[in-house]
Amino acid sequence: MIYINGLANISPQPTFNNKEFLADIRQYKTNMLQCIEPDYSHFFHPNALRRIGRVLKLGWAGAKSCLDDAGLQTPDTICVGTGKGCFKNTHVFLNSVIENDEKFIPPSPFIQSAHGSIASQIAIQTGCKNYNMTYSHRAFSFESALIDAMMLLSEGKYKNVLVGGVDEIEEIQFRTFDRIGHYKNPETNNLSLFTEKSKGTIAGEGSAFFFLENHPTEKTYARIRSVHTFSNPKGQIEIEKQIETFLSNNSLSVNDLDLVIPGLNGDSDFDWIYNDLMKSIFLETNQVYYKHLCGEYHTSSAFAMWLSSMIIHRQVIPEIIDFNKKPLREVRNILIYNQYRNVNHSLMLVSRHN
Amino acid sequence: MKTEKNKVFVTGMGIISSLGIGVQQNLDRLIEGKSGIGSIRHLKTRLSDELIAGEVFYSNQELIILSGIKDAKGISRAALLGIIAAREATKNTDFNDPNVRTGIISGTTAESMTNIELYLQDFLNNDSRNEYIESQDWGYSTEVIAKELGISGYQTTINTACSSAANAIMTGARMIKHNMLDRVLVGGTDALSKVMLNGFHALMIVDPQISKPFDKNRKGLNLGEGTAFLVIESEKVAEEKNIICELSGYGNSNDAYHLTALSPDGKGAAMAMNNAIDESGLKVTDIDYINAHGTGSENNDLSEALGIEKVFGKNIPEFSSTKPFTGHTLGSSGAIEAVFSILSLQENLVFPNLNFKNRMDEVDVIPENDLISSQEINHVLSNSLGFGGNNTSLLFSKTES
Repeated sequence: MIYINGLANISPQPTFNNKEFLADIRQYKTNMLQCIEPDYSHFFHPNALRRIGRVLKLGWAGAKSCLDDAGLQTPDTICVGTGKGCFKNTHVFLNSVIENDEKFIPPSPFIQSAHGSIASQIAIQTGCKNYNMTYSHRAFSFESALIDAMMLLSEGKYKNVLVGGVDEIEEIQFRTFDRIGHYKNPETNNLSLFTEKSKGTIAGEGSAFFFLENHPTEKTYARIRSVHTFSNPKGQIEIEKQIETFLSNNSLSVNDLDLVIPGLNGDSDFDWIYNDLMKSIFLETNQVYYKHLCGEYHTSSAFAMWLSSMIIHRQVIPEIIDFNKKPLREVRNILIYNQYRNVNHSLMLVSRHN
Repeated sequence: MKTEKNKVFVTGMGIISSLGIGVQQNLDRLIEGKSGIGSIRHLKTRLSDELIAGEVFYSNQELIILSGIKDAKGISRAALLGIIAAREATKNTDFNDPNVRTGIISGTTAESMTNIELYLQDFLNNDSRNEYIESQDWGYSTEVIAKELGISGYQTTINTACSSAANAIMTGARMIKHNMLDRVLVGGTDALSKVMLNGFHALMIVDPQISKPFDKNRKGLNLGEGTAFLVIESEKVAEEKNIICELSGYGNSNDAYHLTALSPDGKGAAMAMNNAIDESGLKVTDIDYINAHGTGSENNDLSEALGIEKVFGKNIPEFSSTKPFTGHTLGSSGAIEAVFSILSLQENLVFPNLNFKNRMDEVDVIPENDLISSQEINHVLSNSLGFGGNNTSLLFSKTES
């Protein structure tokens, strides 16, 4: 059994170090949602603050706050999922290569361009010298890190894992993928994402971390029962079969789910996949949506994992995510189902621990 | 999740590097002692005037033909190299049994940097290169390879810099031991890019001549490119006739020291090697050969040599770096050197550490200069030490026959 014994979430909403659960929701009139960032001077020495790139700051601030929440300074092991990693620094470096015609190029952006830097930075800050892994595979990045974390805990060599999903959206990535229709045109309002019925979504980013152990503590939020990924399903029937097999492997059926969290992102080219399920196997199941709050990014399912943990822990469904308005019952089992462009599909099962 | 003491066997391997295409060409060049490093022909870079690299012989157009890919729209060089090596690795693999859970785990550092550095201005300003835009994402080459080979199961990609492919191999083995997969195509792919060449050049760790790993007067590394993949399978599904060797151990550690440099004391490297040996249940004295990371950089070689000394004390087995043959292929180096380590087992060979002349002052550790063919090789350790202090060791063992 894997227990979430600490968490933190930096997102485009006030989710960070906030006593409230999804209050003071931000409305954005842009298609690029960026995080409400903490005061980094609490996390870095002034010298480091100037040198370190934004995604490394997001990563360390998320990781540190998660460790603080768990009441620990050094994790045993670190697993990070990041789709875009330190790509911004790669662009900065590439631009300087081009502008300087490959002569006398300052190396600092190159030093911070390796995706593994996010996890390395956490290792350096905490002095964690054990297992350290970075997965970077589109919308499987966070899920792969979680699967690894679950293997680590069952191997018994290490006591705990700090696992996170970190991604940064920046201008160049946004403009590039906007060109091929990934984002809505014209700009929209994030809070009306699900009413527009148009192509494309809104871009987002985040840094969500979870401290995992194989025993509960007084801090325990929830437990993660299982994580499963699959690619390029051949139609709706295969998706339904994947979901049902996943649940039955965990001795559950759809009726045992108190809540399903689909990754609806407002893109009419792909949201039908979720909507069809809502009309079939999930017809009777309560649902909440979240990508109007954080946008779409490769590790957005980490936001959903945070959301699940909070809902189970507090037994509350904030109004801003409740689109069904069905009467609330005790939430014991939550299924997070995410798909990215109908290529990367993932299922994560989160349950109440007591 | 059920942990089983399930052995992991290597049942296929494929490679393309500057030494050639396929396992046999690579082995021939290793035995001849002929480096694949030379002038840069395909990558358009101003640095080709002053630097050499381990570039794969073929152009992208030739690789498209060699890969047999039908739809090459938006393809990257790394993905093409990947398909070629993956096809060779799986030539005896029967993908038809639906009960064999098959996955792919690949490591890459630069992914499709070759496309990005050519077309970024187009991506931003016009529609002429739109088919290349999605190749910017890490995971792209893995998905292309999976699609070409018809692998529909678990897919993921690891990016821990120079230990990426070694970590992909380790992760695949762990998933088999956890009974989550029966068979995994594991390895890594990276193509030579202007960004990486300029990056390492800016860090002033590129030797303009062929590198001299572990030499007192080493001047840095050469970059290379290439791909290697292994098919690893559980005891349950591996067919006797396909078994090449056992992947008997693996270990990872982190220096927690610096974003690029390795900890100078070698403790991280030692921990990775010890973890791999512990996992296998073997003793330190069982190791016959170490294929070292040995990039030829000041920092890596000293740190690794100290690490080797920490683990093996006065009884250091034969060891060598094959980087002067291939150049440092970054994210794929762990897979390329896994193939070389397996060849060492199969052929009972220790490959030479080209260009070594003078022992380092700081540590009494001397690599093998010459090809050794007179020794039985039963257990080989393969080291990969990455940017950010990410260290991984893999251990390959002969199976009892």
